[in-house]
Amino acid sequence: MKTPILEIRNLQTGVEGKQILNGLSLSVNAGEVHAIMGPNGSGKSTLASVLAGKAEYEVTGGDVKFFGESLLEMSPEDRARKGLFLAFQYPVEIPGVSNANFLKTAVNEIRKSKGLQPMDSKEFLLFMKEKMKIVEMDKNMTQRSVNEGFSGGEKKRNEVFQMAMLEPQLGILDETDSGLDIDALRIVANGVNALRGPERSFLVITHYQRLLDYIVPDYVHVLYKGRIVRSGGKELALELEEKGYDWIRNETENVKV
Amino acid sequence: MSMEPIVTVAREKAKVKNAAWSDTGKDHFLSSLEKFRSGMNGQWSGLRRDAASRVRELGFPTSKHEEWKYTNLLPVLTTAFHINTDISDVTAADIRSLLPTGKDTELLVFVNGVFHETLSTLNTGKEVIAGNLAAFHTSENVNRHLSRYAPVSTEPFVALNTAFLSDGAFIYIPEEKRYDRPLHILHLNDGRKMPSMSHPRNLIVAGKGVSANITESYHSLGTHTSFTNVVTEVILSENASLELTRVQTENRLSSHISFTEVRMDRDTQFRTNTITLDGNFVRNNLHIVMDGTNGSAILNGLYIADKNQVIDNHTLVDHASPNCFSKELYKGILDDKAQGVFNGKIFVRQDAQKTNAYQSNKNILLSNDAVINTKPQLEIFADDVKCSHGATAGQLDEEALFYLRSRGIGLEEARVFLNIAFAAEVIRSVSNESLREYLMRIAKMKLRKEI
Repeated sequence: MKTPILEIRNLQTGVEGKQILNGLSLSVNAGEVHAIMGPNGSGKSTLASVLAGKAEYEVTGGDVKFFGESLLEMSPEDRARKGLFLAFQYPVEIPGVSNANFLKTAVNEIRKSKGLQPMDSKEFLLFMKEKMKIVEMDKNMTQRSVNEGFSGGEKKRNEVFQMAMLEPQLGILDETDSGLDIDALRIVANGVNALRGPERSFLVITHYQRLLDYIVPDYVHVLYKGRIVRSGGKELALELEEKGYDWIRNETENVKV
Repeated sequence: MSMEPIVTVAREKAKVKNAAWSDTGKDHFLSSLEKFRSGMNGQWSGLRRDAASRVRELGFPTSKHEEWKYTNLLPVLTTAFHINTDISDVTAADIRSLLPTGKDTELLVFVNGVFHETLSTLNTGKEVIAGNLAAFHTSENVNRHLSRYAPVSTEPFVALNTAFLSDGAFIYIPEEKRYDRPLHILHLNDGRKMPSMSHPRNLIVAGKGVSANITESYHSLGTHTSFTNVVTEVILSENASLELTRVQTENRLSSHISFTEVRMDRDTQFRTNTITLDGNFVRNNLHIVMDGTNGSAILNGLYIADKNQVIDNHTLVDHASPNCFSKELYKGILDDKAQGVFNGKIFVRQDAQKTNAYQSNKNILLSNDAVINTKPQLEIFADDVKCSHGATAGQLDEEALFYLRSRGIGLEEARVFLNIAFAAEVIRSVSNESLREYLMRIAKMKLRKEI
């Protein structure tokens, strides 16, 4: 049996005293794409934030192992250096920091943690040029300040571009499809698909089935009230789309656990 | 056009409110002056004598004084500083390590207020003068302008500087000359042998239609305390354009008080950048008088301070003529127990219709103990004007910090990133590229606590 790269066991978290995740368990093996779906307020984005290490979430129980190490003990930067990447639902604008400069530092920090030599400017530019193709990035987007004045679509493209640059082992996409028109969705999904490989896994968090037409998952999990209440193959997403989240609500409420 | 001084530190008032003034330090400065004067040539003896009696009458402000209330002058006033005119110890290597300039820059070096000719690389043509004031004491332009504008009768440190008047930079660019090469005036206070003070005096005269770029930088060496008390007078004739950058990277044993008095004639453009990256105590007074119509003044400032540093900027933009524009942006990053003071006054006189004046002071406080005292003051006597001011003090954006960290950038470096992004808005306004790069490098070092 394969050792999972991410193993979440009975995770319980809250924010400001309110319990959000109520014993969530999930295993992800290398190369797998898992979709996490669920109605609003089910805890999808909380899961993404807790995995990336956002400070305001308090873990009240359970455990997360990433490559066998306890993830929850690590700082956000260490998680990134070990290969975890979160594509934010709402990427932050950082005026005054150029995209390219920021990414050069990030790439070299990650290389340093792996014992690799930092890339010099020339190497970095070539590397960046190659990765820009993946999400059809415009050259001037790399020179602009991080996300500043970017449209919704540009911000999401920039997230996937950063993921391509940092080459993580686990990419978490937090509602990357929200606010995208169909063309932007296709570009972003194509970018993600280009990054799929036997050594790279994804957690695709989404409200709608639509994204999963483009990024076809190996597994689909339904999150409800902070727990995974149903898991299945990609056909589960279609079933959800057809029957709506009320189906899950009714089923879960009727079966008293 | 002659104007009444706006910043009134009138002794008359002080007689009533005695607590605002004190005699502390007076005796020491005046007895140093006696010694110093005996070694002086005859030039400017009248100016010096009058200024010395003004020092005697005024004394020095205490923290009860409205303009000095956040700034403790006692360490400056109670230290037995010497004037060390032996500058032979300072080498080209000392200067090189301080030098934030490109190869094409012309350089004037002053050590302890004394002109260091061999370390200066100036190359004055026949018309443009960039040299030391003492060598040009008979020049018509020096006689016409020196000590005409800086408020010697009301400002005690201007009076003190004038009492010690001996040398400094003199830059004169005659009519219609475009002066492309950047000029750099470097002042070094050498505290390697003894507590050292200097009172440099700079005079910059830009003729009609002149365009120039000048930097003043201030540094100190050694393990003794030092005190620099500088006065710079700047005269812009019609249609002249000047960028004047002040860089302060003195060490943590240094105190620095500056007074810059700028007179702008009609159709002039003045851009000034005041960048304070080090020093124990710094007080900058910047006083700009827009004496003619259609002037434009851009004032940028940056201060980055930590530990127990005190950085105090007092600015005054005096809109004395119609149709002028001024825009001021001062930014500060304060850590540990550092204290910042920003006091920005905009004065719009009755005749100065169609004035546009904007002022902004923004601060990041990196610790709970860091303090900024910020005070905008608008005094408007004309009715057809556009003026605004604003001040902010905040912390680093936690969301942005998390975003950077989630990409593998460590907490400290992420902080440096955001702080630099904040500071860069000011540094970017320095047009001299090699100077800009130097400032960026030193600012990063400061934020990483390497200096």
